[in-house]
Amino acid sequence: MNKFDIQIREDGEHAVIETAGYLNDALGEQLAEKARELIQNGYTQLVINLEKTTLINSIGISILIEIIEALHEREGALNFCGLSATQERTFRMMALAKYAGIFPDEETAIANL
Amino acid sequence: MSDTAKQVTLTIPMYPDMELAAAKTASVLAELMNFGEGEVEEIQLAIIETCINAFEHSKSDDQEVHIDFLLKDDELQFKVTDRGVGISTDTLDGSRLLGSPGVHTDLRKRGRGLQIIKSLMDEVDIESSPNGTTVKIIKRKKP
Repeated sequence: MNKFDIQIREDGEHAVIETAGYLNDALGEQLAEKARELIQNGYTQLVINLEKTTLINSIGISILIEIIEALHEREGALNFCGLSATQERTFRMMALAKYAGIFPDEETAIANL
Repeated sequence: MSDTAKQVTLTIPMYPDMELAAAKTASVLAELMNFGEGEVEEIQLAIIETCINAFEHSKSDDQEVHIDFLLKDDELQFKVTDRGVGISTDTLDGSRLLGSPGVHTDLRKRGRGLQIIKSLMDEVDIESSPNGTTVKIIKRKKP
């Protein structure tokens, strides 16, 4: 029922993870796995592009928090982009914006890593 | 919408992703009522979180969640009911802490489904007993 997809774009010192679909436990676990692989491969500057992510539930948010923490343990950074107004409001309410940047588009998110 | 409130009922099984069926129905109804795009998304997220709470906590024998939508001129009401064992508000508020213990404790404290629901909706009322739980939610249209 929930169609989702993850695309990875690696470029020099940073990588972009783009998710599409409903970010729940299933997509979130795949996202976390991709992030772990990137971190293990030395990418500690990540952007998660959520432009094609229709909905994010609280379990999906919990997985994003784990990625933030994994990056901070390696002194890395994470920026989000492509959030809807509701998603951005939820991220700010749950303090994600305190530990990760939120930007309107991918280019700006990369530039601010 | 006419002056007469319209009612829509939906029953979903507690299967993975079935909360999306509730969210889709809520989306159609909210659009019918001319809620804005952002408000429609807020309603979808609120019903998703409410259904997930029922899936996780109700322990109901029938493994079903019943949703009653009431469409009024100025507000959308929905009641999400399960016939489970009941749940305390404290449990709903704190049992699904986000992530595992880690560096940023403020992320953990704030990450709760019920908090999301309350922040996005105008009224949230929870009635729970050993025979089940009903969460009544109201989203009002902006004047």
